[in-house]
Amino acid sequence: MSAVTELPTRNPLKPAGRQRLREVSSRHRSLSIMVGIAIVGAVLPVLVFFPPFTLAQPTNAWIDGFTNAGVFVLLALGLNLVVGVAGLLDLGYAAFFAIGAYTYAYVLSPFGNSIIGIPIVQTLGSEGAGFLFWPMLLVGALVAATFGILLGAPTLRLRGDYLAIVTLGFGEIVPIVFLNSDLVTNGTNGIGGLSRPSLPIIGGFSAINPWPYYITMLVLVAVVMMLCYRLIESRLGRAWEAIREDELAAAANGINTVVAKLLAFALGASTAGIAGVFNASKLVTVSPDQFTFIVSFTVLAMVVLGGMGNFWGVAVGAFVIYTINNVLLKSLNQFFDATGIPILKDIDFIQLQFLLYGLALVAMMLLRPEGLFPNSRRQRELHTDVTLPEQDELGTAEGTTEEGQR
Amino acid sequence: MSGDPLSNPPILIADQVTRRFGGLVAVSKVDFTIPEGSIVSLIGPNGAGKTTFFNVLLGVIDPSDGAVEFKGRRMIARPERLGYESLVWLLPALLVGLLTFALTEAGVLEGRFLALAGLLVLMLLIGSLLLSIIRPVWYQKQLVRLGIFRSARPNDMVEAGVGRTFQNIRLFKNMTAVENILVGQHVKLKGNLVDALFNTRRAQAEEERAERRAEDLLALVGLSGKGNEIARNLPYGDQRRLEIARALASDPKLLLLDEPAAGMNPKETMNLVSLISKLRSDLGLTILLIEHDMKVVMGISDRVTVLDHGEKISEGTPDEVRRDPRVIEAYLGAPAV
Repeated sequence: MSAVTELPTRNPLKPAGRQRLREVSSRHRSLSIMVGIAIVGAVLPVLVFFPPFTLAQPTNAWIDGFTNAGVFVLLALGLNLVVGVAGLLDLGYAAFFAIGAYTYAYVLSPFGNSIIGIPIVQTLGSEGAGFLFWPMLLVGALVAATFGILLGAPTLRLRGDYLAIVTLGFGEIVPIVFLNSDLVTNGTNGIGGLSRPSLPIIGGFSAINPWPYYITMLVLVAVVMMLCYRLIESRLGRAWEAIREDELAAAANGINTVVAKLLAFALGASTAGIAGVFNASKLVTVSPDQFTFIVSFTVLAMVVLGGMGNFWGVAVGAFVIYTINNVLLKSLNQFFDATGIPILKDIDFIQLQFLLYGLALVAMMLLRPEGLFPNSRRQRELHTDVTLPEQDELGTAEGTTEEGQR
Repeated sequence: MSGDPLSNPPILIADQVTRRFGGLVAVSKVDFTIPEGSIVSLIGPNGAGKTTFFNVLLGVIDPSDGAVEFKGRRMIARPERLGYESLVWLLPALLVGLLTFALTEAGVLEGRFLALAGLLVLMLLIGSLLLSIIRPVWYQKQLVRLGIFRSARPNDMVEAGVGRTFQNIRLFKNMTAVENILVGQHVKLKGNLVDALFNTRRAQAEEERAERRAEDLLALVGLSGKGNEIARNLPYGDQRRLEIARALASDPKLLLLDEPAAGMNPKETMNLVSLISKLRSDLGLTILLIEHDMKVVMGISDRVTVLDHGEKISEGTPDEVRRDPRVIEAYLGAPAV
């Protein structure tokens, strides 16, 4: 498969070493992902021990921030399956994030237990209940996937704008239901007192020590990315790409477009469900305001800026955007306050967050519509002018004469 | 196959197929059979309803009337008693719901089981909804037993053994030639979600076999060595060939070609004609051609059917059709008196 997608002669200008690296990494995809994530995971903490970073915030805060960024990396990976690979524009992605989080809250909090009528936390004790975090990752994924299918089923006939509007509606409905069903969700206040995860040797995770969460997140990102790559290189992934390119032709080649689209929704949603469970266990509280449209929009922007269809690109996009949003803007404020440069010190950069977003997106669409790290196929779709029409005709003429002679 | 392929039993039977678009009758009561192992053609002036008829055969458009039978199984017809289908998939959930309600009321079950039962009802609803959307073959068969009939969709036709190409080439333009054919093999590959997620040995072996088969198919249509070319960069004639290879990838018994020679120069057309006859002789395919180019049609068809204004006006060997005054009239207009 990989040998087919990457033709060695296509990029004669690329240095041989890079070419080789690429070949090796596509042959041993899973291994290279694990190594890649491990390297990134090891370098990031080391980096933040040194000056420019330590000035912004203490190391532990950095590690905590990286973990939160990981949540968004997971979300972006999942949305990339739906939007980047299968080409279904989903504007209500935060709904699945919310569903994952609330699933965790119902199983592993005293309030949630009183609603479902099974005293799980009480019987197991808070640390014992923490062990349930691990199976809950799967349960959250399954529940979110079910809702993904429920959302997918009525939208199967819709395309483009219409699909976007329906998913947008779904994304609004879910937090509002959680907000208004006071009796079962505790409304605006949300559900608090969720159990933190525990592991056999190190015991329960805590708010003070960010490392267990950080390592868990690294493993989650590596596993999810591995599964994503396996998916798109399988029969199913090809079906998604075919549907994105030409739905009628895909159906005429025997692809059950209905099943393929539902699976795309379900798998994308399940990733968000995992992210939701993790996020809930880390914040120890869930409330409807964590899952507003802004989240859906931010994740979509991450996917677009990172490079639709390319999982590494999307992951980097998510990480960078999250870090800029939550660290860089804050430290810009501190920096300019400290230096006292006349106009800049009066600007609150955090308030300008969405202006900057907008500018970045506009610039991106004009200069590099395929994203920072594009998928090669997406790039071809967006740059159709690579083959000039005259060339095409000449090519045809040549091709035929050769064939005639043969 | 002995002697005249036209005397073979039919592989596809279209019975009184009619399609109306509002007031316009695009296809009107067309009877059409394709004997196994033959090459039959469908011709007609522009707007005669050829492509509409073709799309009905493939399940892209539902017929207003009539039916299509493929390999003895009725595949396409007007839907019957569709309303009952929703009853069928509501029934299990309804039964479970009512049963638990009755049991709780009677005091057999405790109240807290009601939540579990509710969950079960929900799952049943989702499950049956999914079944009606996905429509696996066994589900379809049960429905037919209940007298509920729904037309096959394009992908069902492919699974049954019908391959097609398009009038205006519809390759996956940004994929390579091999990837295009891999998509074409979709129904032949068995890898499911679990195989994909865990990259099982079975899936790996299957992918390897699929790639080899793709190379074979490329060689068959004369594109060997071009497997890694992006489809949109291939010359026009090669794109046509690639589309045929992609249609062949699903191992069809019947191949429907919609104007395969459109836009080709005479040399490419000649190559195409020899390719089509080769497909029949080597793979034992049955082929239905829709074509404008008379050279193609007259050269290789066992039988030609002429459509005009949605009606079948003539049918016979190429020579018979060529001499039929009604055909000449349809193409050239009535002779001036």
